[in-house]
Amino acid sequence: MKSAQRTYRPLALAVAALVGLPLALSGCGSTTAASSSETATELSVMDYYNNEPDKSFIGDALSKCGTQLGVTVKRETVPGKSLISKVLQQSSSKTLPDVLMLDNPDLQQIAATGALAPLADFKVSTENFAEGVLSAGTYKDKVYGLAPTVNTIALFYNKDILAAAGVTPPTTWEELKAASAKLTAGDQYGLAFNANPTYEGTWQFLPVMWSNGGDEKKIDTKETEQALQLWTDLVKSGSVSSSALNWTQADVKDQFLAGKAAMMVNGPWQIPALDKQPTLQYGVVKIPVREAGQTSVAPLGGEVWTVPQTGNKARQAKAAEMVACLNSDENQLAMATARNTIPSKTTLSDKFASDNPKLATFTELIKTARARTGQLGEEWPAQATKIYTAIQTSLTGNASPADALKQAQGQ
Amino acid sequence: MSLATDLPHSEGRASGEAAKTPGTGAEKPAPRRRSRQRRERLFQWLFLVPAVVYMTLFFGYPVVKNVVMSFQEYTTSTFFTGEAPWVGFTNYVTVLQSSLFSTSLINTALFTIGSILGQFVIGLALAIFFQRKFPLNGILRSLLLLPWLLPLIVSSAVWRWILDKDSGALNRFLGDLGIIDTGIPWLTSTSLALIAVVGVNIWIGIPFNLTILYGGLQEIPDELYEAGSLDGATGWKAFRNITWPMLRPVVSVVLVLGVVYTLKVLDIILGLTNGGPANSTQTIATQSYNLSFHEFKFGEGAALGNVLVIISLVFAVLYLRASRRAVDE
Repeated sequence: MKSAQRTYRPLALAVAALVGLPLALSGCGSTTAASSSETATELSVMDYYNNEPDKSFIGDALSKCGTQLGVTVKRETVPGKSLISKVLQQSSSKTLPDVLMLDNPDLQQIAATGALAPLADFKVSTENFAEGVLSAGTYKDKVYGLAPTVNTIALFYNKDILAAAGVTPPTTWEELKAASAKLTAGDQYGLAFNANPTYEGTWQFLPVMWSNGGDEKKIDTKETEQALQLWTDLVKSGSVSSSALNWTQADVKDQFLAGKAAMMVNGPWQIPALDKQPTLQYGVVKIPVREAGQTSVAPLGGEVWTVPQTGNKARQAKAAEMVACLNSDENQLAMATARNTIPSKTTLSDKFASDNPKLATFTELIKTARARTGQLGEEWPAQATKIYTAIQTSLTGNASPADALKQAQGQ
Repeated sequence: MSLATDLPHSEGRASGEAAKTPGTGAEKPAPRRRSRQRRERLFQWLFLVPAVVYMTLFFGYPVVKNVVMSFQEYTTSTFFTGEAPWVGFTNYVTVLQSSLFSTSLINTALFTIGSILGQFVIGLALAIFFQRKFPLNGILRSLLLLPWLLPLIVSSAVWRWILDKDSGALNRFLGDLGIIDTGIPWLTSTSLALIAVVGVNIWIGIPFNLTILYGGLQEIPDELYEAGSLDGATGWKAFRNITWPMLRPVVSVVLVLGVVYTLKVLDIILGLTNGGPANSTQTIATQSYNLSFHEFKFGEGAALGNVLVIISLVFAVLYLRASRRAVDE
């Protein structure tokens, strides 16, 4: 038997290793959360700024705050698309980082799971923030996340093309339609926006829908129908390429850069790309409203920083200090300037707008900007799907705006 | 031989029971043979263990989990709390009653049939073409494998540019030839998008069909064609009476595998159209992905995924029977 045992043993070990390996691997990560100490000396951070220059800007801000708080920062950046699946994975294995960044419309989904700690538990100040910013970070009356800087969308226009055609930047829907038609010639479209079947398509439609009093809870209303009629008319008349049905916001920017669109709906994160082309002269105005006198309401974009429930009180407290530090006036201004975004505290907007005239329109819009999840909370993804489905159905001519909205609402 | 008899002997002494019953020489061989047989059997099983463990972990677990999930209200909260209440067939009812289901089902059928037809016919034609001997045959054949080697996400991104209405290469090309005046909205017209997506998927699937069918053709002995030509069977006649019957087992394998692969295609559609415009390229696979990963309705996503698994299973059974017949033949 001895010789036989000798041959069995390595095999048995190999089998044991094979069975045990995944278990051992899954066990590894949880050690950080389990050990509880009085003072935290290290913070793990996860965000999706995995591309330059944002990666460095955010990294610098984090390490600066780390030094200030006396902790070393262990940062992990993941691609935007895989952040949520990573967060869900980590929350089921209880290995969430100490500080977690989330895209603001996702906050409610994650807060609803109970994985996040209310910032009030750690006495993090929520004073002076724009109303929309707070509502994006709030789930069931408690603030879970704060965004140091935010963004939104507006109407970019090519100054040279508009001047040559004798067109002034539009402020109402009628003016927008007229201007777009006049600016459409040959290879060039008057306007470019994105109406693709993702949340991006919904996001770009929200300004016209909200400014006209449309409601995301119930989309088959007169107000939303008028907004969808505008989008449909612009595509049907040929002022906007029907490719909008498949474009992303980056594609829209490329069309604008190439001079194939005289105006575009887009956000300030495109500014660095636009500035790289020195011959391009552009201006930014609010997205037109149906009638003069209406307020242009833009959707709020940007990422919130949260403190997950890791079970380690000392580290959670430090993590909350980190969130507070990222949101200090000084940091908000520095990050906004570096990243072409807008500080989320309204008390900072005047100074910021005068220092950064290019971002003045966006800064103005943030004061009244609305969070996508403000009304719907965790119901947002389902309703946003209905909105982009209705947009696509109407823009392809498969149904009138009214019918498209009715169909989608009943889905 | 002495070593072989020696070892069991010392073994017998070591184990207590054998020492207590000192058997005669005649009795000994039988239990020894049996124990050796048992040991061999044990070895056989042990060699199976890694495969079985692997299959259980990476195939069995996800499939079972997916079935279980489809009967639960599985949401984002479940990941943190671990609570997923049982809801019976609610997810299936919701998914099957959704107005999108029939659209996705029809699109899935059209996408699969169209892709398979195109891939197979073109693949077979090319395979027959490459049977001839001509210069650069090998190089051309390996170049044709390229679509297969590209990551799907790259292929779909490139095709998205090519098929763009305003500045895409295809419309430019057709325009220069004078065939069209205005750009054809390949990816943004509800009547064309599915055709465009099928076209791209055919392009991707040709190498697979070409390779397998070319291999099958090589198996057909030349003598058959020589004998056939004596009887006047050349060209189309030779194909009908010699090539096709001889190739049939390979054909059935290619077709069934193709169907199973095509049913679950995700990346190409997401990359090209995201299921749009107006759901005209939405298949069961993309809809299931949307439900799970965009709307966070994991239970419904799993239920729809299982519907797809059942459809695939029908073809998988067909495949098993076809491959068994191929072996028999």
